[in-house]
Amino acid sequence: MDLNTIWFILVTILFIGFFLLEGFDYGVGILMPFLSKDDNERRAVINTIGPHWDGNEVWMITAGGALFAAFPHVYATLFSGFYLALVLMLAALILRGLAFEYRSLRDDPVWRERWDWAIFGGSLVPALLWGVTVGNLMRGFAIDADMNYWGGLFPLLNIYSLLGGLVFVTLFAAHGANFLGLKLEGDLAERAKKFGFQAWIAATVLAVLFLIWTFFATDIMAQGFIFALLAAVALLAAGWYAKQGNDKLAFVMTSLTVVFTTIMVFAGLFPRILISSLDPAFTLNIYNASASPYALNVMTIVAAIFVPILLIYQIWAYKVFNGRIKADPEELIY
Amino acid sequence: MDSTILARWQFAIVTIYHFFYVPLTLGISIFVAIVETKYVKTGDEMYKKMAKFWGKIFLINFAIGVVTGIVQEFQFGMNWSEYSRFMGDIFGAPLAIEALLAFYMESTFIGLWVFGWGKLTKKQHLTSAWLVALGSNLSAIWILIANSFMQHPVGYTINPETGRVVMSNFAALVFNPNVLLQFPHVFTSGMSLAGFVVMAFSAWHLLRKHEVKFFLTSFRMAAMYALIGSVLVATIGHFQGQFLIEHQPLKMASAEALWETEQPAPLSMFVIVDEKNKTNIVDLGVPYMLSFLSYNNFTGEVEGINDLVAQAEAEYGPGDYLPPVTLNYWSFRTMVGAGSLMVLIALLGVYWGKKDNLVDKTLFLKATVYSVILPYLAVSTGWLLAETGRWPWIVFGLQKVEDAISPNVPAWNVAFSLILMLVIYTVFTIVAYKLAIKYGTGEIDQATH
Repeated sequence: MDLNTIWFILVTILFIGFFLLEGFDYGVGILMPFLSKDDNERRAVINTIGPHWDGNEVWMITAGGALFAAFPHVYATLFSGFYLALVLMLAALILRGLAFEYRSLRDDPVWRERWDWAIFGGSLVPALLWGVTVGNLMRGFAIDADMNYWGGLFPLLNIYSLLGGLVFVTLFAAHGANFLGLKLEGDLAERAKKFGFQAWIAATVLAVLFLIWTFFATDIMAQGFIFALLAAVALLAAGWYAKQGNDKLAFVMTSLTVVFTTIMVFAGLFPRILISSLDPAFTLNIYNASASPYALNVMTIVAAIFVPILLIYQIWAYKVFNGRIKADPEELIY
Repeated sequence: MDSTILARWQFAIVTIYHFFYVPLTLGISIFVAIVETKYVKTGDEMYKKMAKFWGKIFLINFAIGVVTGIVQEFQFGMNWSEYSRFMGDIFGAPLAIEALLAFYMESTFIGLWVFGWGKLTKKQHLTSAWLVALGSNLSAIWILIANSFMQHPVGYTINPETGRVVMSNFAALVFNPNVLLQFPHVFTSGMSLAGFVVMAFSAWHLLRKHEVKFFLTSFRMAAMYALIGSVLVATIGHFQGQFLIEHQPLKMASAEALWETEQPAPLSMFVIVDEKNKTNIVDLGVPYMLSFLSYNNFTGEVEGINDLVAQAEAEYGPGDYLPPVTLNYWSFRTMVGAGSLMVLIALLGVYWGKKDNLVDKTLFLKATVYSVILPYLAVSTGWLLAETGRWPWIVFGLQKVEDAISPNVPAWNVAFSLILMLVIYTVFTIVAYKLAIKYGTGEIDQATH
């Protein structure tokens, strides 16, 4: 296996980590205003991801950094081409991150309600836009011979990609609800699961539509079919376990759905990364878009040392905060 | 306006805003860890409260530093795609390493620090504090490695086919002589800035004779911290100046508004620049001093802007090589002036802080409250000089700013993002400032419950 392939796999792993972890915390953010009745409940919901959201978001930042380091042309083409979408996403992420940290700093219901909507919007918009982005990656977009995309925002908001966006939103909502089912107690946990099941129904319907469309409109299934199948099975199993009241396996299954969906996308693309809809010769792949062998070598050594270390401490952090959170003002950390 | 000018404005605005928060994070994360170490060593609850109190200011600042940092990482691809393609081999690696080494560490352990009181043992909690501080400062090293290449390219070759930069020596990149000066400069500026923030809030409370023991202890520690930081940042800055005279002489000449080569060269104290006619209308200086500062002797020749621009034209072909002289001159004066005042105030703070009647020195305490503006002025003008003084280069000698822009992002898109980011950054900087004031001037219990 050459270094370019190794880095394609590493980038895939980073996106898996990103969608898996931010997937549930976006989901928690999307559900938060609807399922909590009072401030303590809202705080309890936020605290399920409070110690983790920042660490989860680093997966996205690292995925961006890894693209820049390993496939600079992909970074340049994608980020300049999807300019306005990224501007909106950055604005949403700014609001969301500040909301988690600033919401509790004033004891004023209006202040807190505003931040609650920032958490909702700040979670919904990135989830939607990442789905739209992934849809466009699968379908290809108009990259020219100089590796530039000139079309602007509106061609990216095609129905296929928007459907991909809705799949992400509903899947993340179901995934987030399953996480809350694990982390909360009593009535609040029950409400989360109820919302989660509705989100699961929506996600299932939309995902089936999206996969069928993908089959006919793209060539992703040529290499990604087996992972699509696994994702579909995991998604169905998630609903089954949720119905059974098995919180743990329900969460495991939405996690697997996210993991297999991400693998499906990247396996379907390989060795391409950004498909040009104008001419296959303009497509960016792991060779024509990559950094030099020397730089890839350096980065491989760095990643081989530090990825295991960061996995250890991040998993440890989840272990420290293992256990359910009660919506009890005596126990909540603000 | 064309998209290059808009994109430059956007970069300047989001970067300067971002760098309001970063140095405080760098410095105060260590300060909090020091205070918590005292708590663990002595068992004195006051130090625990101090760690939480100053930790609150840290967290308010950290949150906005993190979210504005995402923009920093994304904007190279968004607005400067040709730069990203040209520099991908060099610039991507430190950014990715920064994330792998530093961002994971600081973001994971900050979660443990905030939510871990009571869940972690004292030692685990203290370790988290130190790892947050380590992660923050490691991130500064890697981003400065990236920036240092733009100032002083090393460890590379140019691919003859693509014309792009190729990394050839990673160790040279990491141990770029520019990094060895710039990181200590940024690190100690963080110490100094954090010291002034803690001193300012402490002075505010001391003026009101409120919680005197708590804030006097904080003040004393912060003054010593600020003094060490301020003296070192100025000292290192001096060596950076000498480095610039050798490697980026045009930046230094424009920072001095020195149009003609002079031997010996005077140190300018006040000028009115006439950029059009490439001369100064008013020019007051101290004879011999610039030669001395540049070369440690009174007779060295310092090259002027006009000669250097002519040299650049001869070396790189015709073009505009004139940096913004007025801006650089006053940025440099502001940085050095603010830095000198900081040394003085921190020195007085250490001296008077030792005595028991500090609470009665109301004039000094009031001055200390307001002096918190000084380090912010210094770091912003310092970066203005570092970045605009490189004009017209985005990567010194290798790529010009005009060649770095994303060709496919229309001006109205950049105008939209510029306005949106300006509004968001301004609003939330005000929000963060107000929250910091609320907690920094509030009761101890408010921040530590």
